Amino acid sequence: MGTTLAEKLWASHLVRKGEGGAPDLIYIDLHMCHEVTSPQAFEGLRLAGRQVRRPDLTIATEDHNTPTLDIDKPIADLTSRTQIDTLRNNAKEFGIRLHSLGDADQGVVHVVGPQLGLTMPGMTVVCGDSHTSTHGAFGALAFGIGTSEVEHVLATQTLPLKPFKTMAINVNGELPEGTTAKDIILAVIAKIGTGGGQGYVLEYRGDAIKSLSMEARMTVCNMSIEAGARAGLIAPDQTTFDYVQGRPHAPEGADWDEAVDYWKTLVTDEDAAFDTEVNLEAADLEPFVTWGTNPGQGLPLSANVPNPDEIADADQREAAENALKYMGLTPGQPLRSLEIDTVFLGSCTNGRIEDLRAAAEIIQGRTKAPNTRFLVVPGSARVRLQAEAEGLDKVFIDFGAEWRNAGCSMCLGMNPDQLKPQERSASTSNRNFEGRQGKGGRTHLVSPLVAAATAVRGTLSSPADLADVDVLVGADA
Amino acid sequence: MEKFTTHTGIGVPLRRSNVDTDQIIPAVYLKRVTKTGFDDALFAAWRGDESFILNQPAYKAGSVLVAGPDFGTGSSREHAVWALKDYGFRVVIASRFADIFRGNSGKQGLLAAVVEQSDIELLWKALEAEPGKEITVSLEDRTVTCGDITVPFEIDDYVRWRLMEGLDDIGLTLQNEEDITAFEATRSAWRPKTLPAKTEPKQEVVAARPAQ
Repeated sequence: MGTTLAEKLWASHLVRKGEGGAPDLIYIDLHMCHEVTSPQAFEGLRLAGRQVRRPDLTIATEDHNTPTLDIDKPIADLTSRTQIDTLRNNAKEFGIRLHSLGDADQGVVHVVGPQLGLTMPGMTVVCGDSHTSTHGAFGALAFGIGTSEVEHVLATQTLPLKPFKTMAINVNGELPEGTTAKDIILAVIAKIGTGGGQGYVLEYRGDAIKSLSMEARMTVCNMSIEAGARAGLIAPDQTTFDYVQGRPHAPEGADWDEAVDYWKTLVTDEDAAFDTEVNLEAADLEPFVTWGTNPGQGLPLSANVPNPDEIADADQREAAENALKYMGLTPGQPLRSLEIDTVFLGSCTNGRIEDLRAAAEIIQGRTKAPNTRFLVVPGSARVRLQAEAEGLDKVFIDFGAEWRNAGCSMCLGMNPDQLKPQERSASTSNRNFEGRQGKGGRTHLVSPLVAAATAVRGTLSSPADLADVDVLVGADA
Repeated sequence: MEKFTTHTGIGVPLRRSNVDTDQIIPAVYLKRVTKTGFDDALFAAWRGDESFILNQPAYKAGSVLVAGPDFGTGSSREHAVWALKDYGFRVVIASRFADIFRGNSGKQGLLAAVVEQSDIELLWKALEAEPGKEITVSLEDRTVTCGDITVPFEIDDYVRWRLMEGLDDIGLTLQNEEDITAFEATRSAWRPKTLPAKTEPKQEVVAARPAQ
């Protein structure tokens, strides 16, 4: 019987097979670091008198704890500044490549790796960040690790791991107009639940997945962790090869040909069996938004806030009751009627150039809702430069949005970009947990298209809802 | 790492599912560069609420947390484990754990014990009927005992062995360093290296300013 892509990647990185219940030892091709989850790992190396085994397979950026304004000034928050300085000192001491604030290659670690051509098919990629699953879009085995494991990879370039189970997520058919990769993954998580993927590597398959661009595939794989999965991946194809080719670290000449020949073998065999399969029809999808406090609590935008009394499972009913209380929602309210204080466009989920282009196209020639703030944060400095070269910054600024420097920004309430208590956001990021975007903040996860339309109308909206706005204000569509 | 064989301490019933890492420790507390000093950050938002379980005197000194399913979902932050340990927890019991959280616990000597949800309900009832009641967790026997209730728990055999021996993973892996070196010799030339660094041409990044 054949093997799945995930199993092929595992087998090709096996340093040593575990015996007698011990885990396998797996080689790591690329290790990315950032300021938040690495300081204790470097300190551990120092205390044990160990070196970084492969600085040439390691790269660091500053993203989580960095401001998106005034980046040429010292970081105001002293604890944050110390954390950034610690990364800079560690990078220097251990000889690790670092892209710091102000550098054109700084940005969210999961945007930077692919953009530099460091992420390729057939690799194992890790980072002390759960959204490392993003890189699975290239047909790589990519997953988030804790700080102890960061130290382990720094010291040994390997990880002791138990094999994962495999799950196929088949998204068949064609996506309807106005729906995006974000809507696919939110629908997947709503279907299998936030724990549905525990212990699994997900492989996204089907025509709807094959027709996605690389950046859209990254959006899908990015949120695999939100279904509880260790990793998510998509078999590489011509779309993948075209995206990698010509990037700074992409192979060249004979190396390129050899690499592509190998990458073409990275598919799940026809006679391979997954441990579990899940099917979705793309035609049934609509713009999706979350109403609750975990990413599985999502519904089509056309739906109403659910009534917990109608949920059969006692645990889920209680979770829904808690969520509605925290979110300040009443059962039966149309999701479209919810007024939004802040729209956030950015993050490792949706902070790439295609996301910015898609949002800019929606808002161009329109006016921002007066009481809604719109924060636009490119995923990396290169994305920002590219957007500026295309004039997208002007579109956003003319519309009334705030145009920022690159970073994780409002995806997590750590740097200065945060929601105030009870403030309601429509966010293209990945988590709607209580307080995720700032203490007491209320998050609705949305696609870049829904984010843009919401910034126009001031209530949760999709681009299809803008027709009536245009009639009212007389804009040309 | 300290060896773990058995632990007895006050049980804390936390009747919530999907306790995510942002609830265990909000991101704003992740700025420290140490592994300790996170006890105040544990469940920071919930601890502002007087009725929260850890604000009730009988449970305050708890060291065995009994939580709902899918504990530790969300981010990879090991700070969640450090905060639980700093507060005084040695064991978390739940019917399901997020993978990364469970892995992090095993590396740091915090026991993540998987117990059937029906048994969790029994433990919750016992702990609520008698606040401050102690629980004994035996890693050797893989059992949780609370008064006259004794229920089994599941844990990976290898993690159990490592916890009981208090072993450091890196030391274990480096015993096989020859295998790593041999594997490295087989890697294809096209596989990317971060050094020497290659980038697109350097460009100036203008600092964004606050809106006027």
